[in-house]
Amino acid sequence: MGQDKIMEVRAIENGTVIDHIPSDALFKIIRIMGLDRDNECRMTFGMNLESKRMGTKAIIKINDRYCRPEEINRIALVAPEAIVNTIRDYQVIEKRSVTVPERIEGFVRCINPKCITNNEPVETAFDVIRGEKGIALRCRYCEKITFGEQMELK
Amino acid sequence: MEKRSLISITDLTKEEIVRIAELAADFERNPYQPLLEGRVIASLFFEPSTRTRLSFESAINRLGARVIGFSDTANTSVSKGETFHDTIQVISNYCDMIVMRHSLEGAPRYASEISKVPVVNAGDGANQHPSQTLLDIYSIKKTQGTLDGINIMMVGDLKYGRTVHSLLQALSHFNTKFTFVAPPELEMPEEYKLFLREKGLPYEEKREIDSSIREADIVYMTRVQKERFTDPMEYERMKNIYVLKNSMLEGTKENMRILHPLPRVGEIATDVDANPKAYYFNQTENGVYTRMAIISYLLGVKK
Repeated sequence: MGQDKIMEVRAIENGTVIDHIPSDALFKIIRIMGLDRDNECRMTFGMNLESKRMGTKAIIKINDRYCRPEEINRIALVAPEAIVNTIRDYQVIEKRSVTVPERIEGFVRCINPKCITNNEPVETAFDVIRGEKGIALRCRYCEKITFGEQMELK
Repeated sequence: MEKRSLISITDLTKEEIVRIAELAADFERNPYQPLLEGRVIASLFFEPSTRTRLSFESAINRLGARVIGFSDTANTSVSKGETFHDTIQVISNYCDMIVMRHSLEGAPRYASEISKVPVVNAGDGANQHPSQTLLDIYSIKKTQGTLDGINIMMVGDLKYGRTVHSLLQALSHFNTKFTFVAPPELEMPEEYKLFLREKGLPYEEKREIDSSIREADIVYMTRVQKERFTDPMEYERMKNIYVLKNSMLEGTKENMRILHPLPRVGEIATDVDANPKAYYFNQTENGVYTRMAIISYLLGVKK
């Protein structure tokens, strides 16, 4: 991965760069992190960028904001290979991979239409389980399992 | 009083399942134990169910407590549009325990987070019905003398039937050998088979009730529901395959008993009823003692 590849999207002075995002997960991540509802945060993103490892990838650069691990780990559901770079003074001072948390609260919809969370104003809550087919979420309320490919954001 | 709810069979340890079956036996020997005199228990049936409601209310009365509640939501604040949250919060101020049934899955778990008093799930949609599972467990213990190493054949709708899923989870503590008999459309879901494999428990899958019924200690029948099939012809063909007839019981074990969560429609021929191996009506009586055991255990008046 050459320096010029990253430069396809303009470098930032301070903030967070999330790299190695699958292109189709980009907008999901923007929503999970609430960036689509943020009126102050300066963000740039690139999509369908060339990647040796992934074919194509997406990248998000957030100016002047540093993300807490619990905030960033939620994106592991849709981008398990994402790398989070902390930038200060144009330098990468930390590189972190994301890890899927044990529990997920809010932002994902339960797949079961008869679940209480889809019928009453109740925030969703899931236990993360690692099955034979990768990551899945078990609803704390109706106990139904939402598999990775079925995951929908609220 | 303690606050301990029972929402899912997985909320209980193996020891607690055994203990509740022992308490049920104790209540059967001595059904008049007014341990809850002066207490009030709310029976909230957001979805109607005659059998389960009456069984719970009988158990509550026999324990000496009083029942408040409703058997459907027609004349309640729910029909005025009150949220479920508010209904539970208010009613939990009026009673020492809530027993509830709801058509929405997960409603009792949510209620247990809001309520100040324990919540007992009396059935939430296709999800859980733990008191049914515990009365099945008690019926197995009572008829077999043990819970260990039982050979159980489960027949019918194994895909959507919540009772078979919960019973499978409960029996997984006891070295059970399972045989599943179901059409491809209604076979045991992969997640439960995976659960058994992870626990190292053996299971077999069959398309019809064959000679392996002769090895069974328990035959657990369930209803094959018409609405599960997209093709009505397929349903007509299937429903006859999964009917248990008296002639099929020849050569079965002496200790074998037939259980059914009821109501039955046609899956057990009426000529089976007179056979001493038919246990489904005794099973309902066990339900009252099991519910007395559940309520008194959760409220801490029995340990």
